[in-house]
Amino acid sequence: MKKISVAVTGLNAIDSPGPGISVIRALRESKVFDVRIIGLSYETLEPGIYMHDLVDKTYQVPLPSTGMELLMQRLAYICSQEKMDVIIPNFDAELFNYIKLSDRIKKELGISTFLPDLDAFEARHKVNLSEYGKKHGIRVPKSKTIFNIAELSTLKQEFEYPLAIKGKFYDATIVYSYEQAVAAFNKIASKWGLPIIAQEFVRGEEVNVTAIGDGKGALIGAVPMKKQYITDKGKAWSGISIDDNKLLDMTRRLMTSTKWRGGLELEIVKTDAEEYYLLEINPRFPAWIYLAVGCGQNHPEALVRMALGETVKPFTTYEVGKLFVRYSYDMIVDLKEFEKISTSGEL
Amino acid sequence: MEIKKNIALSDTGFVFDPSTGNSFSTNPIGLEIIQYMRQGLSDGKIQELILNRYEVDKNTVEKDMEDFMTMLSKLKLTGSYEKD
Repeated sequence: MKKISVAVTGLNAIDSPGPGISVIRALRESKVFDVRIIGLSYETLEPGIYMHDLVDKTYQVPLPSTGMELLMQRLAYICSQEKMDVIIPNFDAELFNYIKLSDRIKKELGISTFLPDLDAFEARHKVNLSEYGKKHGIRVPKSKTIFNIAELSTLKQEFEYPLAIKGKFYDATIVYSYEQAVAAFNKIASKWGLPIIAQEFVRGEEVNVTAIGDGKGALIGAVPMKKQYITDKGKAWSGISIDDNKLLDMTRRLMTSTKWRGGLELEIVKTDAEEYYLLEINPRFPAWIYLAVGCGQNHPEALVRMALGETVKPFTTYEVGKLFVRYSYDMIVDLKEFEKISTSGEL
Repeated sequence: MEIKKNIALSDTGFVFDPSTGNSFSTNPIGLEIIQYMRQGLSDGKIQELILNRYEVDKNTVEKDMEDFMTMLSKLKLTGSYEKD
């Protein structure tokens, strides 16, 4: 097996989990790579930092809001300590920086990425989703981008309650009245900033697809999943792989028309009338990506292979009726470890 | 009424619909009826078989079968499976 080193973000395996740990588990099960995992963390209590059976070494990296230069400097430092072949960023909020820097990261540091181009990344943004749906022939719930709390009072002219109030990166709340909409606006805006998106609430079953594209229009792999247990944060705590050709066709069409490069997750509502509404496109692997591995499609491994310039044949099958059941687990961590990551930014 | 062709049915009465991810449990009689449906038997033929196998009157079988079929339909376990 080929020895490589892969840096991964999203080590926050918490109640609203980042995908990092699932991506790492997938890479650990690779049949073609023997991986050394470099964790890239933002906070000192991201559980992945302390999961030494999964993560070989962790380095803190600067928050995305501090800009690209600081990130480049930090990556250059890490490169002076570690060989890194590929970086897989797993947070929506950091992707802009990584996409913009991908050429420099490759040229100056020799690290490969496999990310969508900036146009594809921006086009699928929540604030652009209505246009996106029209362009690609996909039903999208009616939505409006709100920059000012005063605009909330005009919503009743265009929408009926309930509505989904969403942050530009994360968070969504279903509101049933103007008063609830104001509260949700304030809560989400204070956490994630503006704009806020007000979206028509579509009743139905939540289904998701995790998929990976080769950047040339081909769908390399896709596994649809129905959420079976949803937390109060709207996260799937268990789910099951399903056989839904309409979902797969929708995914294939999107990959062809957008030439998506890398992993993504489609969040979809299926109504009783069997209509599919695209709620969101997350531009990276979901936290439940390990289910795809369990179903026979190792998407993170495929991504690393493509990042390293290999041609990957599309997966043609996956196992239907496989469940994931998430759990929480208390690790006992020595104070020395917490001290080390807190003071030196490395562990 | 037709049962969806792609549903998975175990001997214990566990029913899994792979197109929705939904799963259900049925009792032995329900299991037997679904197995007959999968063989393509008509509702009348299934009622006849149940009447012959169990000590039950015709009215009860008709009523219970109707209730069961309504439930299968509500759970979207009936109808043809669209492959494309």
